[in-house]
Amino acid sequence: MNKNFLARSKSIPLLTVIAAIIAIWYVGAVWMNSPWQLDRYEKAGVDWKFSQLVEDTLSQKRPVLPAAHQVIEEIWKTTVLKKITSKRSLVYHTWITFSATMLGFIFGTLLGIFLAVLIVHNRAVDKSMMPWVIASQTIPILAIAPMIIVVLNAVGISGLLPKAFISTYLSFFPVVVGMVKGLRSPEISQLDLMRTYNANNQQLFWKLRWPSSMPYLFTSLKVAVAISLVGAIVGELPTGAVAGLGARLLAGSYYGQTIQIWSALFAAAALAAALVMLVGAVDRIVMKRMGFDTGKAGG
Amino acid sequence: MNIFVYALIFWIISWALNEWLVRLNIRLKYFQQLRDILVPILFGAALLGLWEGTTRGFGISEILLPPPSMIWERIIESKQILWVDFQQTFMKAALIGFVLGCGSGFLVAIAIDRSPFLQKGLLPIGNFVSALPIIGVAPIMVMWFGFDWPSKAAVVIIMTFFPMLVNTVSGLAASGSMERDLMQTYASSYWQTLFKLRLPMAAPFIFNALKINSTLAMIGAIVAEFFGTPTVGMGFRISTGFGRMNVDLVWAEIAVAALAGSVFYGVIVLIERAVTFWHPSVRNRATV
Repeated sequence: MNKNFLARSKSIPLLTVIAAIIAIWYVGAVWMNSPWQLDRYEKAGVDWKFSQLVEDTLSQKRPVLPAAHQVIEEIWKTTVLKKITSKRSLVYHTWITFSATMLGFIFGTLLGIFLAVLIVHNRAVDKSMMPWVIASQTIPILAIAPMIIVVLNAVGISGLLPKAFISTYLSFFPVVVGMVKGLRSPEISQLDLMRTYNANNQQLFWKLRWPSSMPYLFTSLKVAVAISLVGAIVGELPTGAVAGLGARLLAGSYYGQTIQIWSALFAAAALAAALVMLVGAVDRIVMKRMGFDTGKAGG
Repeated sequence: MNIFVYALIFWIISWALNEWLVRLNIRLKYFQQLRDILVPILFGAALLGLWEGTTRGFGISEILLPPPSMIWERIIESKQILWVDFQQTFMKAALIGFVLGCGSGFLVAIAIDRSPFLQKGLLPIGNFVSALPIIGVAPIMVMWFGFDWPSKAAVVIIMTFFPMLVNTVSGLAASGSMERDLMQTYASSYWQTLFKLRLPMAAPFIFNALKINSTLAMIGAIVAEFFGTPTVGMGFRISTGFGRMNVDLVWAEIAVAALAGSVFYGVIVLIERAVTFWHPSVRNRATV
């Protein structure tokens, strides 16, 4: 019974692995923080016990690897205990990153869909542009991100838009690829059927191609939203570390505030998870209303 | 202004030429392939022409956007610097990190293959981590492993590990039960089934991960350099080039990075076509 139960359950394996990760984390924290602590003991000439070492390594101010509870405490302090408008509030920084991400994501999605429609309907665009769309992604755009920000700043565009621009560039690609695939997914027999109905190009698009591309669109959107968050974070690095999760990361690394870096990382992870889940929820609702088999949709 | 008009005319002509080319009904396969190469090249050339024409024609400041010809000159001029940066960022950080990250992801996938328990535990985490902005660990890695390339390689390892793990695991599940049963009737052992059936079936998935990871490796190596480097490396040059108004050098680095990224990707695609020659997406290539 036991083995069956273990093999079938979904949450127990997951929880076990998570528990293992947390355990490794704590052992790692003690191990990585102990050299500095031992050094201090030696200088102070203190006799130390192992239990004391563990306790001290887990409560350093600038640990090499902060323990989980330190990070959670920092997150608690900077979200719940601080006013949202405060510059030290993590919610404030997360909001800034979130707005840039969303703006870039929406632009990127629209641009991606537009390009995909062009590519599907015009052979010249398809042949000449598709290779470049693919090549455009082998360019490490994130590497140019700081430059784009500086250039746009020099032209007088600053704030949200430059970051959103980078997110746009990153997120349009998965949408183009997914949508081209999706708009071409109707089978020849379906296209033929539409033709026997005497459907014109526009009807063909809205009644067949567009609906059948939806599962592909949402699969791409999940990738796009995650990558557009990465774009927004990297876009925040060069702006002189003013605001946003990327700025928190950079400031933390300048001043050796490891706990701050980790809390920003966790906030970014939570934001990513929330965004992907949001897209997933919209996906499920749309699929349900369209009558797709939700078990298979998006796969 | 004049130059811009010429560039625009060039753009229109090349576009018309492309429209004509794709409408041509070519029978010979060789010429078809030639056309498929020619059309995007023409498009790219027109794009470069438009860039050159716009920047020169409207007198856009070189600091904002230098024309391609100037970037090209700079590449020729400072081959030395570019080569050293390329070695530091690509050959050391990106490539070593890529090999180690993909390799360990692959090995872990094989290791957990026999344990559904571990798979169920690790896969959701792997999927979750793949969606995270992992690039954020860069400052931590720089703190742990120092300024030189090992910290960048560490970032690349973390970035490439999870896509490889997730893809390999789903690839190993790709072979059908019929095929596995057949292997069983041949009395093949676990390892024989793995090497003769399941790994070949997983190849398309694995190459998919390799392709994703090739771009991630470049990004990871360059962006990690923004958090601290010795005075060499593509990311270092890009982030400092601006302060010193060396914009053309920054663009030269970007051009090299783009070229390196494309070649890296291209090599993986070539290997993929050689290894997974049996897959429909490769077989149909000639006809589609």
